[in-house]
Amino acid sequence: MIKEILRILENDARTTPKQISTMTGTPQSEVARLIKQAEKDRVILKYKAIVNWDKVGEEQVSALIEVKVAPQRDVGFGAVAERIYRFPQARSVYLLSGTYDLLVLVSGKTMHEVADFVSQKLAPIEEVQGTVTHFMLKRYKEDGEILGGKEETKRQPVIL
Amino acid sequence: MSTKVRNTSSQRVNQLAPSGIRKFFDLLASMEGVISLGVGEPDFTTPWHIREAAIYSLEKGQTMYTSNSGMPELRRELSRYLKDSYNLSYDPNSELLITVGVSEALDLTMRALLDPGDEVIMPDPHYVSYDACVALAGGTPIMVLTREESNFELSAADIEARVSGKTKAILIGYPANPTGAVMSKEKLARLAEVARRHQLLVISDEIYARLVYGTKHTCFATLPGMKESTIFLGGFSKAYAMTGWRIGYAAASKEIIGAMTKIHQYTIMCAPTMAQVAAIEALKSGEPSVLEMVEDYNRRRLVMVKGLNDIGLPCFEPRGAFYAFPSIKGNGMTSEEFAEKLLREEKVAVVPGTAFGQCGEGYVRCCYATSLAEIEEALLRMGRFVKKHKK
Repeated sequence: MIKEILRILENDARTTPKQISTMTGTPQSEVARLIKQAEKDRVILKYKAIVNWDKVGEEQVSALIEVKVAPQRDVGFGAVAERIYRFPQARSVYLLSGTYDLLVLVSGKTMHEVADFVSQKLAPIEEVQGTVTHFMLKRYKEDGEILGGKEETKRQPVIL
Repeated sequence: MSTKVRNTSSQRVNQLAPSGIRKFFDLLASMEGVISLGVGEPDFTTPWHIREAAIYSLEKGQTMYTSNSGMPELRRELSRYLKDSYNLSYDPNSELLITVGVSEALDLTMRALLDPGDEVIMPDPHYVSYDACVALAGGTPIMVLTREESNFELSAADIEARVSGKTKAILIGYPANPTGAVMSKEKLARLAEVARRHQLLVISDEIYARLVYGTKHTCFATLPGMKESTIFLGGFSKAYAMTGWRIGYAAASKEIIGAMTKIHQYTIMCAPTMAQVAAIEALKSGEPSVLEMVEDYNRRRLVMVKGLNDIGLPCFEPRGAFYAFPSIKGNGMTSEEFAEKLLREEKVAVVPGTAFGQCGEGYVRCCYATSLAEIEEALLRMGRFVKKHKK
């Protein structure tokens, strides 16, 4: 049942326990309890909005940074990853297979801000052997949502 | 000056029952800000991989006619799908026909089967095309009334009582439009016995087969001994959200498919090529999309049914399609009055049950294939309306 509840919330975090109760046939109190538990267990990390900042004229610069790392004995990539993800500028940090090791999504107000972060914080870390910074030019889709506007489809109001 | 013509349309067309709710539609078309629960199609657009396959076929220039029966690859895929889903074996070369939606398949069936005066037994209420297609083919539709008390299921005994020397076939459509009713395997088996006893054909419109909730769909042709005497109609519109593509099929014996193909080749030639390409893609890799959509409909179904019951419109639990069929009998209005007043006063469109037959009196059809937010707003408005007009 918790998986069903999580799927509903992942699609729309504002669905209320009452609505979920109707949709799943689970008592409302049980739904509320399961959600509380999931929050406590950090299964649900946070509820937040996907914002299209372009629409309100808010400038934002993002970059994807490939980071090549020398892994350390015992801790592998974990310790370096932690040093990086503790910076609030790092929005997402992933360990990848392939030609580089970590992929870091960095956001800032200006290109300078992002560049400073890379040159002053990221690159100087001892185990970091090299970085390649890709500035993002346009976001088409974010977390499953198309930013350019929804596909508007017009249905006939009545069909028998 | 234009030439005067007498008796423009044929008697057969003139005798078709005029749609009483035309007026209602016109009113609806003139209004803005209406929440419509009157639709009869998914609110999903066709999954992208299906659209993409069709676009690619156009880019490649696949714009010619196909074989009358449909593209061989589509018939092969369909045959495999029916085998996998129902363990039914239909020969793709002689027992399947690709049509322009189930609508065409239904029309072809009637024209292929009926001689003037032949009778076709069907449930009331039923999808609007059923009696019209029978009448247009020169046959006579015979209604068997179905009731909410028996979950709008057809009773075998009631059917048997209406069998006459002229009866040619029984036409069923479960899961049902407009009621959302499904029929259990046991009840269908009893119906099959009646068909067998009186040597009747059964036309089974299973367009909503994939949209069932908490129950399993029984394909009529899988009942013992029924495959040869069943004309099994299905399509892509509802399961894959492909209504606008107009693509469906008929599966039946070689003789019947042959007769239907004869009419089809003279009148339609073949189903649209791009829609056939899309259908192949749907059959090959559309399953995850179907399951996802069914799960989503189910959530909204539960919200709709509970909501209607809560506001005082008792609603039996629909186990299929995407319709709820609440009773409005407590309001002292006819279905048409209720629908028109609701539209005028609260700007919510529902379809009067009488559009689907006399047994629809006292009910309205509410489609829940619309966003959750709209369903909830519609329920709010309907609740206000019901309270105001409580008798």
